[in-house]
Amino acid sequence: MLDLINVSYDTQIPNNVGLSSDKRVLKALEKWHPGYINWWNDLIPDNFQKSLVYLRTAVSVDPKGWAKFDYVKMPEYRWGVLLAPAVEDRRIPCGEHAGEPAWQEVPGEYRAMLRRLIVIQGDTEPASVEQQRFLALSAPSLYDMRNLFQVNVEEGRHLWAMVYLLHKYFGADGREEADDLLRRSSGSEEAPRMLGAFNEETPDWLSFFMFTYFTDRDGKMQLEALAQSGFDPLSRTCRFMLTEEAHHMFVGETGVGRTIQRTCEAMNEAGIEDPHDVDAIRALGVIDLPTIQKKLNLHYTLSLDLFGQEVSTNAANAFNAGIKGRYMEHRLEDDHKLTDATYPVWDFVEGKLIRHEVPALTAINMRLRDDYTRDAAGGVGRWNKIIEKTGIRFEMKLPHESFNRKIGVFANKLFDPEGKLLTGAEYDAGINHWLPTKADGDFIQSLMKPVYEPGQFAGWIAPPKVGIDNKPGDFEYVKLYMA
Amino acid sequence: MSDTSTVSQDSAAATHAAPGRIDFQTDPSRYRHWRVEHDGPVAQVFMDVDEKGGLFPGYELKLNSYDLGVDIELNDIVQRMRFEHPEVRAVVMRSGKERVFCAGANIRMLGGASHVHKVNFCKFTNETRNAYEAAAEESGQTWIAAVQGSCAGGGYELALACNHIVLTDDSTSSVSLPEIPLLAVLPGTGGLTRVTDKRRVRRDLADVFCTMEEGVKGRRARDWGLVDEVVPNSRFDEAVAERARAIADASSRAAPRKGIALTPLERQFNEDGSVGYSLVEVTLDRAARRATILLKGPEAAPPADMAALEAEGARFYLLRLARELDDAILHLRLNETELGLIVLRSQGDGAAVLAHEALLLQNAEHWLANEILHYWKRVMKRLDVTARSLVAVIEHGSCFAGPLAEILWAADRSYMMEDEFEGDNRPVAAIRLSPGNFGRYPMANGLTRLQTRFLGVPEAVEAAEEQLGTPLEAEAAREMGLITFAHDDIDWEDELRIFLEERASFSPDALTGMEANLRFAGPETMETRIFGRLTAWQNWIFQRPNAVGTEGSLQRYGTGRRGEFDMRRV
Repeated sequence: MLDLINVSYDTQIPNNVGLSSDKRVLKALEKWHPGYINWWNDLIPDNFQKSLVYLRTAVSVDPKGWAKFDYVKMPEYRWGVLLAPAVEDRRIPCGEHAGEPAWQEVPGEYRAMLRRLIVIQGDTEPASVEQQRFLALSAPSLYDMRNLFQVNVEEGRHLWAMVYLLHKYFGADGREEADDLLRRSSGSEEAPRMLGAFNEETPDWLSFFMFTYFTDRDGKMQLEALAQSGFDPLSRTCRFMLTEEAHHMFVGETGVGRTIQRTCEAMNEAGIEDPHDVDAIRALGVIDLPTIQKKLNLHYTLSLDLFGQEVSTNAANAFNAGIKGRYMEHRLEDDHKLTDATYPVWDFVEGKLIRHEVPALTAINMRLRDDYTRDAAGGVGRWNKIIEKTGIRFEMKLPHESFNRKIGVFANKLFDPEGKLLTGAEYDAGINHWLPTKADGDFIQSLMKPVYEPGQFAGWIAPPKVGIDNKPGDFEYVKLYMA
Repeated sequence: MSDTSTVSQDSAAATHAAPGRIDFQTDPSRYRHWRVEHDGPVAQVFMDVDEKGGLFPGYELKLNSYDLGVDIELNDIVQRMRFEHPEVRAVVMRSGKERVFCAGANIRMLGGASHVHKVNFCKFTNETRNAYEAAAEESGQTWIAAVQGSCAGGGYELALACNHIVLTDDSTSSVSLPEIPLLAVLPGTGGLTRVTDKRRVRRDLADVFCTMEEGVKGRRARDWGLVDEVVPNSRFDEAVAERARAIADASSRAAPRKGIALTPLERQFNEDGSVGYSLVEVTLDRAARRATILLKGPEAAPPADMAALEAEGARFYLLRLARELDDAILHLRLNETELGLIVLRSQGDGAAVLAHEALLLQNAEHWLANEILHYWKRVMKRLDVTARSLVAVIEHGSCFAGPLAEILWAADRSYMMEDEFEGDNRPVAAIRLSPGNFGRYPMANGLTRLQTRFLGVPEAVEAAEEQLGTPLEAEAAREMGLITFAHDDIDWEDELRIFLEERASFSPDALTGMEANLRFAGPETMETRIFGRLTAWQNWIFQRPNAVGTEGSLQRYGTGRRGEFDMRRV
């Protein structure tokens, strides 16, 4: 009998989808596999490939214990195909088919739409690994390096998850798209990744933490929405991916938190009270809070752009088709069809920002973005608690969503972080206070010196409160390969 | 055709209010949606549509989608490229926006537009596509589509009308005709026709392609014949530049260095709806649902030679007449939709018209002569596909000679004055034929208007050719079959009045259908298939609830809800 909870290792590809009895898909995946390994090997610097990393590997999809920790070389990581357990008699949760049995096969009429959604989601997974490929060279500790690699291998696994869906359900076209996922590459001139934010570099560790906090959180929201899909295999895939995604948010939130913690401690040790005394604070070898705020402004606003246009035909189509739901669709109490409902979206009318009601069906992106903003605000509050505890007077804030936008109604208009419309001159005068400058970047870069001793941390970041898998502080999370 | 089109709540279902008169005249200083860069024999035409620049309220032209206003500018570019920049041998059409070549006709615009506007919009865009498609053969000016980003629907149709398509191989950019799966309409700007007739895509692959929302990218696009070459993204600009250069170099025609300026038309719109040009007068009789276009003959002798022709430039009689008549036809089509009858008159010296044309025909190899002759051909074709009853009235003092005589056979019928009329001392009405009538101004079916007229009687064409230059008065003209009716002083006024009144009383739809069928006898060409088969089906679909009903795809587009279809096959 097929064991749908525990992972089967009887094929080259760990899975809980019965791959060994699905020869067609197994063959396709095995054909794709070498290309994937090549991609990975070309990507991550060689000495890290050969290092032993203390990673968790999914062994089950049981929520109570789905992973085990052990040392593994990354290329030998068991990337697998894991779907959350099927829910009995699951129904399509939204749209014009709401209440009908969930699809177990791709409905022909939505083939193109589904495939596009899966390809776009799939494209982001390897992209972030590409963006972060050189970070290990400047890791502030083995603990952080291990977290980076954990994020990387899991993004790799998420790519596998999407590729499985393409292979299993989309025939020759799907296989071609799966190949193209390895052909595109972040920042490539030849074949860039599909979304703009995934073609930017992740140049330093603060950027990495901000990215995992803000941009991976967009990923989380998208997965949440896809987990509500009426196409059951997609829903189950995304539900399991979400359990892994939580760790990425954790890396981001604690990474930024530890950076803040260290800055505040250093200020107190040096007796500096004014958080804006930037030069004096930087002289301590820590990142001043205003600069962290600027990084926050940048990454938050870039991530907002990933939600697309506030009012979107594609999003409306996907919801109505029942292939992408809203955040927590199953907990919402409405008709799940949105035939007559409205939702307020931002608009810019005669020089003023207003929110006005539009058909809710067309405002699916806006709604998900609002959910995202609420979700993202949580961590910011916890960062402020850290600052408050140290007695420093400074507050981190999410900028207004109009600030620094490239997509949607605010695109290419000049707003300050409070949402006030500015003239070009006002904007130019303020921009260096709101977004990281090249000098800020250079300063942060100057701190990015690797620390490879177990239990040691770079001077700009505090150690974590607890270790991964409850390991002690001096645990050797990565046994570095020294040639 | 893609995401991101903004829904404005109140406008979704409303028919757009008339925006005032639609003007077909523009110039580069007024472009909002395009820009042109020149580099000797290569020009680059960048489509960079201003979202806020729609012709009507209620939609935004996102993602390089277009409406009539965008196409009016393109038409102007095509015209000026040929007259003002004859040195250009290769024209690269590309996008000024990232990640999108062109998303096609704006769906909100289509959803809100009246049927009349949709049909006229499609007709004009088709004419513009034909004009730059033909530029290679006619003027040695080859249009090349350089496609990066999504190239969907009308966007791919823009590319299809170019004579070479380069697609980037960035694993994302694709070409597509998603009208059927997305909108329940056809790729009606030549899309279906050019895929099979021009690009010779196998019909089953075309079937796959035209029902596939996401389109085809990379090598497969080339293998199927949807594009000519696929180049790596990193050397896209270079490859396009090389291709343009190679095409320019291969052009056998000696390119003149300097063109002529298409100066603004002399034109006045009057309160009563009449329009006055220097050589064309448009008068309206709204009660009779009739417009009359009067064409005037030349005021002076033709220039002595080609240098003098170039010096005259846009003031040269036949060019000025072509531009003015072209503008008048377009104005009537789009702005005067209830005038179902167009009466075509002329006054002037027929011999002088022939003299002007003769200069061009004798110097047909000269670039400007060539351009003017081709332009006249295009204007005549514009008349051929104008969905109004066209009546030529050949009065005393008229000058239906050579190029102007084409109008007689573009018209659905013609009436000619016979013998002298009392109190009328104008020269007796006569038609003059020229060598131009026997090949310079072919119709869309590839035949001359005379060949089409005498489809079963080729001897009649030969007989006409023997009368070159001879003034043919009513009796002769009728004998030769060049006119429909000739009436003398006694019958003239009544016959004409009765006919015009009767014609104005028929159903406009039935007349349009009848005329479009009778006008294009003879062989099919890609062009007749576009204006006939494709357009007729599209216009049928544009009337059907599956597309335009309140529950239809066009109305539902952008709301997230799918169109509801009447599933009966008709």
